[in-house]
Amino acid sequence: MSNATTPQQAPGRHIPDRLQSPLVRGLKSWEALLAVVAVAIFVANAFASPYFLDPWNLSDASFNFTEKALIAFAMAMLIIAGEIDLSVASIIALCSTVMGVAMVAGAPVWLLVVLGLGTGLACGAFNGLLVARFGLPSIVVTIGTMSLFRGISYIVLGDGAFTGYPADFGWFGQGYVWWVFSVELVLFAVMAVVFGLLLHRTNFGRMVYVIGNNATAARFSGVRVDRVRFILFLLTGVMSGLAAVCLTSRLGSTRPSIATGFELEVVTMVVLGGVSILGGSGSIPGVVIAALVMGLVTFGLGLLNVPGIVMSIIVGALLIGVIALPRLWAMWRK
Amino acid sequence: MLKSRETILALAILVLLGAIALRFAAFIAPANLAAVFTDTSPLIILALGQMAVIVTKCIDLSVAANLALCGMIAAMLNGAGVPLPLILLAVVALGAALGAVNGLLVWRLGIPSIVVTLGTMTIFRGIIFLLTAGKWINAHQMTEGFKAFPRAQFLGLPVMAWIAVAVIAGFALFIRRSPLGRALFAVGGNPHAAVYAGIDVGRTQFAAFVISGALAGLTGYLWVARYAVAYVDIAGGFELDVVAACVIGGIAIAGGAGSVAGAVMGALFLGIIKNALPVVGISPFWQMAISGTAILVAVAVNSRGQGRQGRIILKQAEHRA
Repeated sequence: MSNATTPQQAPGRHIPDRLQSPLVRGLKSWEALLAVVAVAIFVANAFASPYFLDPWNLSDASFNFTEKALIAFAMAMLIIAGEIDLSVASIIALCSTVMGVAMVAGAPVWLLVVLGLGTGLACGAFNGLLVARFGLPSIVVTIGTMSLFRGISYIVLGDGAFTGYPADFGWFGQGYVWWVFSVELVLFAVMAVVFGLLLHRTNFGRMVYVIGNNATAARFSGVRVDRVRFILFLLTGVMSGLAAVCLTSRLGSTRPSIATGFELEVVTMVVLGGVSILGGSGSIPGVVIAALVMGLVTFGLGLLNVPGIVMSIIVGALLIGVIALPRLWAMWRK
Repeated sequence: MLKSRETILALAILVLLGAIALRFAAFIAPANLAAVFTDTSPLIILALGQMAVIVTKCIDLSVAANLALCGMIAAMLNGAGVPLPLILLAVVALGAALGAVNGLLVWRLGIPSIVVTLGTMTIFRGIIFLLTAGKWINAHQMTEGFKAFPRAQFLGLPVMAWIAVAVIAGFALFIRRSPLGRALFAVGGNPHAAVYAGIDVGRTQFAAFVISGALAGLTGYLWVARYAVAYVDIAGGFELDVVAACVIGGIAIAGGAGSVAGAVMGALFLGIIKNALPVVGISPFWQMAISGTAILVAVAVNSRGQGRQGRIILKQAEHRA
């Protein structure tokens, strides 16, 4: 990300005499504001449509965001480290295509999943190699691989599609673990915890923040910057592979245009979650709440029969708005 | 001279043409090459606008959506009976205004350009949907004059190709000879030094977005008139081709470096591939993967010359890291 940023430095931070208590800080945080927004949308939706509060409807609504959120967790870490991956949607297309080819060849379900995740890992490794090993800017590399990965899907599929996945494979995208809790929703919750712990409770997570704030200083402090970057691209690739397994299983088919535009929604989710697009700050809980907010907005508008493209205007406006409003507010107060 | 990016790219284009000629000799006939140039005109015009943005360290991913919105407005104005010169003025002004929206958000609010234009990309396309409720404007709803203008022959080339030539010439003059043109490079090369030289970094970036937007608006009319159809998804994903043309043309994505010749040749490189695939018998579905590969190769080749930034103080640490 360091390449497309504006040159203005962040204004010097005011350093108070004593720190606020953790509780006060927590209440004033972006995550708290976002949680309030989420609750407000939830209540508004409940009043706007009588069908909203049905547990099964809410469970259906979760499919709006679970697959994207799986990628958003890894993307959040990548963006915090000052990189970006715009190829995630194309990775989904390629993973799904590989699974389709294997399915036609008669591969069992477990092998489909392994191939999906493995393809994601390989795509992530390719991005990571180009960025971390050869020092190329991640925006250009992933714009290139965005074309390349989906391009391979088009070469394989043309204007055709793979359909007829085995019934067992449908479990990942259509199955339920218990009552209304779908497999995808449980995966979302588990991954939220895993990534939350990884980013906020491990050395690796601290390194991600250090690199995002000052990669040169990180290098001189003994952080293996390139290795961490490489691992982050791997993680993003694998999570895209996981999302591909879920999405393919849910749709029951593979087309080369699958998941078009997901990268925009994933980046929006991450930025809405309070992760600085310039790197160096952000949190997984923020991304979790942002995922819920986006899911609720999409679902609520869907219940009100708002067409998909209007929702995408709202997503675009959200992306700009959440960054613009605090800055406008700061300018206005000056 | 031999090692300059432009020379390498020109050689690559010649090799490409040679390889195509081996399979299908008629491809390199002058008339066909002129047709390829005409077909590539929209990409060339947009790549020049994108170049202005990229040399200032920004990126404009909203150009294709801007093009689609301006093209739709052009078709609607045509339907309302507005004369063609006024339509041309209107689309350029509208494109510039949409570019100004991007520019203002980048300049005044300091939001990274990639975020701004990812957002406006969907917003602009959404606006087309709101204007038309998803309806198409088809050839029979457009006047003959509106459709014929880009194809009209003038001195052996269609007007669309001449517009591209004029934009190339005008842009080359602008970027070499005007203070703003030089400021674009200064801002991208070293923003801090640019400030000390009295250049307003934000305002220069704003100007770059306005230029990119105006050119996208112009292309919007050309596109809609040439293909004689306007709908929400025209030129979908074309922003990637535009960025690809710039990257292949050696416009440094980190800003501050690039040439008009490079951007034009980058666009031509993609245009030749697109036009050659069907005649050499390769499925057009290969195009996306090929342009992706071309971007990656180009960025890898171009980064060799730039060298590592910063001094290496601790060699050992650098190696281990």
